[in-house]
Amino acid sequence: MEKHVITLDRLPIGKTGRVAAILHKGLSRRRFLDLGFVPGTLITTYFTSFTGDPTAYRIRGTTIALRKEDSSKILVITE
Amino acid sequence: MKFYKVRDMDFLMDDNFPRPLVALAGNPNTGKSTIFNALTGLKQHTGNWPGKTVSLARGTFYHRNVKFCVVDLPGTYSLLANSLEEQVARNFILFNRPDVMLVITDATCLERNLNLALQIMEITDRIIVCVNLIDEAAKKGIYVDGDVLSKELGVPVVATAARRGIGLFELKEMIFKVYSGKVKPSPRKVNYGEELEKAIGELVPRLENTFSGRINPRWAALSIISGDYSIEDLEELVKIRDESREESAYGYSFFSQLPGNRGLK
Ligand SMILES: Nc1nc2c(ncn2[C@@H]2O[C@H](COP(=O)(O)OP(=O)(O)O)[C@@H](O)[C@H]2O)c(=O)[nH]1
Ligand SMILES: [Mg+2]
Repeated sequence: MEKHVITLDRLPIGKTGRVAAILHKGLSRRRFLDLGFVPGTLITTYFTSFTGDPTAYRIRGTTIALRKEDSSKILVITE
Repeated sequence: MKFYKVRDMDFLMDDNFPRPLVALAGNPNTGKSTIFNALTGLKQHTGNWPGKTVSLARGTFYHRNVKFCVVDLPGTYSLLANSLEEQVARNFILFNRPDVMLVITDATCLERNLNLALQIMEITDRIIVCVNLIDEAAKKGIYVDGDVLSKELGVPVVATAARRGIGLFELKEMIFKVYSGKVKPSPRKVNYGEELEKAIGELVPRLENTFSGRINPRWAALSIISGDYSIEDLEELVKIRDESREESAYGYSFFSQLPGNRGLK
């Protein structure tokens, strides 16, 4: 299948992608890197809250919940 | 967030910490306090620094007739000094330069924990990586090869299951060996590539001059180049950063100008 680059907030539940780029700047960029959002890292959409925001993701063995405003600035590659 | 000035944090630097000094750092929930308690037993006390919300537990233990002072730093994922906890942990390591730095990691999610270990390896050489919770890891079928990890990192690695007391004697032995110089950790340095290493090389002599050994010049150079906001509390460093920004092509926020996705296929 073809590779697609999408923003993380569009990765469907249960699907896995690889982090392609962090579009955050400055401090929040470093924060995401610290949390393990390094290009190449596998990330899976785990579940979403009742309201659809935030959404929980599995990355490097832990679950992290992100708001759409943050996940929409993370690019992932899906296959 | 509010940045505390270093002079307001002199509670970190007073004579409360006799030598040899062992500091424990690690992500939250990696068993730092369990290891601290196992090492110090009842010989500990938690400093209630007036007006401060972060407390540092301090205690002592004897091993091979040496009395070690141990400090349990706040649990953090990073040393960005992005919160008071991170700021306290970083400044303690940066300024007190512990004789032995113990980085406690969780064997069940080592990869995540090594971020902090690498950050600390950029500040100090005298590091031991403690891979704790090996009993939990074993339940999940995870076995950490300490020798390989030690070779990869360039620092000694000790495996423990602190709640059951497993590996604690070995840990004390290693603390003693690093303190006495029998084991000399040489943390693998990240090579940031030609451009950045050149910029680091330009800054280091000047930083060495200013700080004359008080803080690690390579760390200081990296924090300037990366546009690290967390150095705002280090006035001398900020001064050098602002000067070098004017006179050098390599300034502040060098990293954030990089595309950031290099190497991506
Ligand atoms: N199974 C197991 N549990 C541990 C180990 N070390 C610590 N714990 C438990 O992990 C939890 C967090 O430990 P704590 O020392 O408070 O972690 P800290 O946040 O790093 O100070 C506690 O419930 C400890 O009893 C270990 O080696 N094995
Ligand atoms: Mg604790």
